[in-house]
Amino acid sequence: MDEGYLSYRRLIWRRFCRHKGGIVAGGVLVSLYLVALGAGIFAPYPHDRTDVRMRHVPPQSLRFSLTDGLHVYGLKSVRNPVTSELEFTPDSDLRFPVRFFSADAENGFRLMTSEGPMFLLGTDRMGRDLLSRILYGGLVSLTVGLIGVMLSLVLGTVLGAVSGYFGGWVDHAIQRIIELLAAFPPIPLWMALGAAVPPGWSSIQTYFGITIILSIISWGGLAREVRGKVLVLREQDYTHAARAAGAGHWHIITRHLLPGCYSHIIVVATLAIPGMILGETALSFLGLGIRPPMTSWGVLLEEAQRVEVLLDNPWLLYPAIPVLFVVIAFNFLGDALRDAADPYGG
Amino acid sequence: MIAYVIRRILMAVPTLVAISIIGFVIIQLPEGDFLDRKIQELQEKYGDSSSMARVEGLRERYGLDRPLWQQYLTWVSGFVQGDFGESFDFEREVDELIWDRLGYTILLSLGSMLFTYVTAIPLGIYSAMHQYRWPDHLLTLIGFVGASIPGFLLALALMVAMFEGFGVPLFGLFSTAYEGAPWSYGKVIDFLNHLWIPVIVVGLNGAAGLMRIMRGNLLDVLGQPFVQTARAKGLKESVVVVRHAVRIAINPLITIFGMSLPGILSGSTIVSIVLGLPTIGPLLLRSLLNEDIFLAGTLLMMFSVLLVIGNLIADIALAWADPRIRYEA
Repeated sequence: MDEGYLSYRRLIWRRFCRHKGGIVAGGVLVSLYLVALGAGIFAPYPHDRTDVRMRHVPPQSLRFSLTDGLHVYGLKSVRNPVTSELEFTPDSDLRFPVRFFSADAENGFRLMTSEGPMFLLGTDRMGRDLLSRILYGGLVSLTVGLIGVMLSLVLGTVLGAVSGYFGGWVDHAIQRIIELLAAFPPIPLWMALGAAVPPGWSSIQTYFGITIILSIISWGGLAREVRGKVLVLREQDYTHAARAAGAGHWHIITRHLLPGCYSHIIVVATLAIPGMILGETALSFLGLGIRPPMTSWGVLLEEAQRVEVLLDNPWLLYPAIPVLFVVIAFNFLGDALRDAADPYGG
Repeated sequence: MIAYVIRRILMAVPTLVAISIIGFVIIQLPEGDFLDRKIQELQEKYGDSSSMARVEGLRERYGLDRPLWQQYLTWVSGFVQGDFGESFDFEREVDELIWDRLGYTILLSLGSMLFTYVTAIPLGIYSAMHQYRWPDHLLTLIGFVGASIPGFLLALALMVAMFEGFGVPLFGLFSTAYEGAPWSYGKVIDFLNHLWIPVIVVGLNGAAGLMRIMRGNLLDVLGQPFVQTARAKGLKESVVVVRHAVRIAINPLITIFGMSLPGILSGSTIVSIVLGLPTIGPLLLRSLLNEDIFLAGTLLMMFSVLLVIGNLIADIALAWADPRIRYEA
């Protein structure tokens, strides 16, 4: 079809589809979110199932043979005479087949479990399965970015539009506030705010507290972008026409100015998500963010903070891999969206 | 020019005042503070009059019984005179604790900045000159990954790799032999040996981003008519790029210098915590966890002051490079 007949939305979609990296990144992100949402099914164990006899078990590999099907080896444990910690090695005489779609009273419905211990990514210092914890933690880490961006989107769009549309002292005041927030480097400011979250708060309260803290910085940048766009759009003929026809401020802003900013807003928002996910990871890593028993990738990485522990149990660094994947994928997606939304692009 | 610089410095003053108010409020947010806990501790442990007298002295000095705005005024007026209060945690004056660390923070940040520009500009130019050929694609990919890797994870991974691979413990800025020793030639070499890894780790994100910007800027400039003219005159391609195009394309990078500073300071904070560097980052974490309010407040202020000064320098540099700016504001 001739491009001239396509709506703006269809045009963007068409240009986006040409960007292979963007498509792949989008697919990766959608599947990661689905897996995190279904952590209760995909994870072999509940995230808080501890087993003191299974501390720091190294990752077990999945094996396949014709007689046993898909299985994992059992574990032999030897007490290290120096550290007096149990050390585990695979025991090829013991084989536990992997069961699919099993349901039991303790764990509920699970996609993949095994009768024996099955720790595909190893366990932590409390004998909790790292794979399960990464999946459950993903739910927190991934949604912090989304909810945080939505918050800063609302704040940034409203204040940016008001600032650009009305100008004068309103504009002046809002711009000064944004400048002030930008006068603190993000991580130290987040750290100070994270430390101010009362220790008595419940997991959910802390979660939203941290989300709000993370969005405190990013709304400013978004508000500036929206303001810049609105400054241009409010001088357009169609805006003057709307004003002459007696339209109210609210109507002009929401019906005539903001739609012109949408593509821009979506791009900026997409590119802001990885920063927030990293912010949460960094804060939790330092012990100033999400608090146990709730778990997130940053909380998991906190255990890897001490080098001595990390050198003995390098698998504790695994939660860093999904963090990297998500950040790179969001950057690719944002880049593809920017190219697609650019009206002058090819 | 001088008038512009003075005006610009004066403009920073209200910002600093506002920052100090916000900083003070944030630090006061947690319920209770170190002094409350200290008093409790002292009462339980000794309950004698001399320790209580010390606590009363501290109360007196910071007016902890008075309303918040008076406490703020006490704190900020001391701040201006170089009296930052006492660290309850270390039981020392804050200013004894921070100067060395502030120096290392500035050194690390400047080093990272230098690394960012020294690597990003040539690579960006190279990438632009080979647009859509494989070196460009490779650098684009490296740029994407480099911009996405959080410094503290890279630092953790490097620590493990260095120890496993070479048996080198990657911690701190000095070997144990030079720790606390007076400055000497050997210590400087040891220091530089420890410094380069954090510098690269902190600067990597910025370098990756800057490389992309340099590439984009140069490609924009290379499309302009005067570049065509230069080529038509028969100049060598290297002369066209370096003498004519890069000179223009590099201008916006001065503005970016100011914009990249928050990222560098943020990165150095968390990387320092992981690598145990003696900068103000680890001290801030400890003071926040212990609710050591005067130390935390001072450090938060120091971060903003560094940022404000950095922006000031960037603005002045920009005004020096571009005369239009001097007359505008």
